[in-house]
Amino acid sequence: MGFWTSYRLRLQRRRWLVRAIRKRRELNGIADRTSAIKKSDILLFSTLRNEHVRLPFFLKYYRDQGVDHFLIVDNDSNDGSLEYLADQPDVSVWHTRKGYKRSRFGVDWLNWLQLRYAHGHWCLTVDPDEFLIYPFCDTRPLRALTDWLDASSIKSFSAMLLDMYPKGRIDEQPYQPGQNPLEIASWFDSGNYTMDRNPLYGNLWIQGGPRSRVFFPSEPEKAPALNKIPLVKWNRRYAYVSSTHMLLPRGLNQVYDEWGGEKASGILLHTKFLDTFTDKAAEELHRKQHYAASVEYVAYAEALKDDPELWCKWSEKYINWRQLEILGLMSKGNWA
Amino acid sequence: MSVGIVMLVHTALDRAEQVARHWSVAGCPVVIHVDSNVRRSTYNDFVRALSDIETVKFCARHRCDWGAWGLVAGSQSASELMLSEFPEVRHVYLSSGSCVPLRPVQELIDYLAARPRTDFIESATTADVPWTVGGLSDERFTLRFPFSWKKQRYLFDRYVEFQRFLGLKRKIPPGIVPHMGSQWWCLTRQTLSAILQDPERETYDTYFRRVWIPDESYFQSLARLYSTNIESRSLTLSKFDFQGKPHIFYDDHLQLLRRSDCFVARKFWPRADKLYRAFLSDPDGAVKMAEPNPAKIDRIFAKAVERRTRGRPGLFMQSRFPNDGWENGVTCGRYSVFQGFSDVFEDFETWLAKATGTQVHGHLFHPAHAEYADGQKVINGAMQDSAASRDYNPIAFLANLVWNTRGERQCFQLGPDDETAPMWFLSRDPNAQISVISGAWSVPLFKSNCNFAELRSEAARLQKLEADQLDVLRSPYTKARIRIWTMAEFIEAPMEPLQSIIDEMGQHSLRRLSEAPKMADLTGFGQFLQNLKNQGMHPYLMGDFPVSPPGMNQQNPPRKPYLVQ
Repeated sequence: MGFWTSYRLRLQRRRWLVRAIRKRRELNGIADRTSAIKKSDILLFSTLRNEHVRLPFFLKYYRDQGVDHFLIVDNDSNDGSLEYLADQPDVSVWHTRKGYKRSRFGVDWLNWLQLRYAHGHWCLTVDPDEFLIYPFCDTRPLRALTDWLDASSIKSFSAMLLDMYPKGRIDEQPYQPGQNPLEIASWFDSGNYTMDRNPLYGNLWIQGGPRSRVFFPSEPEKAPALNKIPLVKWNRRYAYVSSTHMLLPRGLNQVYDEWGGEKASGILLHTKFLDTFTDKAAEELHRKQHYAASVEYVAYAEALKDDPELWCKWSEKYINWRQLEILGLMSKGNWA
Repeated sequence: MSVGIVMLVHTALDRAEQVARHWSVAGCPVVIHVDSNVRRSTYNDFVRALSDIETVKFCARHRCDWGAWGLVAGSQSASELMLSEFPEVRHVYLSSGSCVPLRPVQELIDYLAARPRTDFIESATTADVPWTVGGLSDERFTLRFPFSWKKQRYLFDRYVEFQRFLGLKRKIPPGIVPHMGSQWWCLTRQTLSAILQDPERETYDTYFRRVWIPDESYFQSLARLYSTNIESRSLTLSKFDFQGKPHIFYDDHLQLLRRSDCFVARKFWPRADKLYRAFLSDPDGAVKMAEPNPAKIDRIFAKAVERRTRGRPGLFMQSRFPNDGWENGVTCGRYSVFQGFSDVFEDFETWLAKATGTQVHGHLFHPAHAEYADGQKVINGAMQDSAASRDYNPIAFLANLVWNTRGERQCFQLGPDDETAPMWFLSRDPNAQISVISGAWSVPLFKSNCNFAELRSEAARLQKLEADQLDVLRSPYTKARIRIWTMAEFIEAPMEPLQSIIDEMGQHSLRRLSEAPKMADLTGFGQFLQNLKNQGMHPYLMGDFPVSPPGMNQQNPPRKPYLVQ
């Protein structure tokens, strides 16, 4: 890493921050309860559109884990998400009609909110269909993890996206509000992930899983990235670069050990593939507001025509974090 | 009232209060040192909260930074106060706010009463201990450390280098032999007062003030001067990880801690309500005079440290992506690679599966698609057979395959046409057993029904590819178990090599091979090679084959038996 590269990345980070500050005008505060945030609170950030049906379980899941405050950007939902969120006592919600794509898929909006509210806090950035699993999450609250990370001087925590899917057709079992989506989408691919270093940002680039297997078997390079760094001890100088895949400064992307050891890491269970997916895919295809001209959704639509099954004979059924640990998808590191 | 507790407190004061109450209820006087980094008002609240207990005292406050003198100064003040205020105290136990007694305090009192002259302090000479974080062991005692390791790391490191460069050395005060050990000790009044009232104390203090991490060496070294009976272990269960910071106990450690029989453990997570509840509400009647037995906890934490520093061999994942050469085992289990065998033998794969009970794949790196065992399309770990996704990252493909099938040995075929096979990776992997019959790719050509011009160019192509592969396998960097025969060599006596490969695979059967795979019919093969030569192509990888069958007047030599007994 030469001087010029680091200088370039520094400029880039500044640019993202300036852009985030500019984009703050697109956000209208609907329910601003941020004055209730206490110094040591764990914050959750999210952008969403039409996810009303998922919200009750989503909020409950993270409240149980110990998230103290939710900061959510609603991108013009018309299913009552906004009203529902505005009624929650621990949620601050902003509304925007502007393009998801123009805000770099919500990153600019969240960068702004993080810049404004997350300085000095542990901050979790997830989508409403992502559920964080970390070592010992069945017996220890999220704060135990963040305290341990603090004590170990670790500033960012990796959690790979693990695509969950149901057995049988995706729309076979309808999802009910408040239901645990893992009751339906309880299967995953255990060992077909490939990874490579990103030389510029220093993060790992992970691909694979059912989306690569079913939607991109002959173009694996187009499969979506699965590496995520959702939990960060935020500083106002930080910025997410592309979704939560990587951050600047680059040091935060160093969530993996290069000398043979294992750092502690978690998993984001991605419950995208419920019965709601088919409609969503159709809509997103139409809106063209997703990454790389929604190439992902084009492939989904193509494949969904033939009504595929993501499940295969070697799919693994989700049990708990220890199972994921044994399979080598996440690690306890030296947390015991 | 024979045990006095000295508590060093700097955070989670509410928990410290709970613990102090617990000690004093059991009849132990407590002297508390509060870090002067704690705010005045917080401190006052804390003192007020404990003001109802007479046997809880507070000593003068010092500033405690990690690895600095403050911790020792705090322990000294608190110990002095303890010895002067509570003359009946015989043992002084140094603990912290996050140390929690695991057993009824009475047991600790009885235990110490039965050993009235014993000092429990872990104390070893620097040469003998492995826990030197930061690469400093002897130098802790011979260099000066005016800068904080945590806050002024740059200055700390530069100043160490500077002193090394100039060869500066401090003089250790006469009589002192530096010892190190856990900072949590339990000393008798005799030893402790001897240390605190030593006429030379000023000298020692001045010296240790600039030693690095004096709280792990001050009392440990001085106790050696005065104690008559040192038991070099700490009564406090405290485990450190590879960074030198203590492991933390959570609610789910409850059973483990119960079974450890240790007197005191640290460090408890301040919000581990269940632990505090379990251990601070005195379980009456559970009296058992067991020796502390932290072995099980030791194992768990030792494993955690190993997981962090060595990891699981052969695993590539989001938080473990080793640089080349740092994998601690490139793959996670042994596997066998066969090149040319399925060309020379007609039913090699089925035969091998039967003979060894392993999973035998075809050409995993076949240009069209990965040929998994039994023609499966998807295999363990939901790996698909698509060539594109395999060739996107062949190393990950192979590493995943071996990882996903942990516990079951994998065999697969390789050939010159499998161009995307990660040859360097294979040859660098000590887990790979690679057996090659060079030139065997010519057998399918020989049997095929193509025009000779096509055969010739195909043969030239394959020979080139295989020669490149063999170069990799013969490089000086190989770590795999590699055997290479020319085809001519191999078919001379095929059973011997087969037997030794299979013996080396170490699968169950001790019996010798009873059934051989069926060899392809090679009549006319020599002539085929000669034809290639006549066309100007030089086939050499298969070794020397006689051109024609033995002459008319020579007897057909009896075919060699397959069975080698």
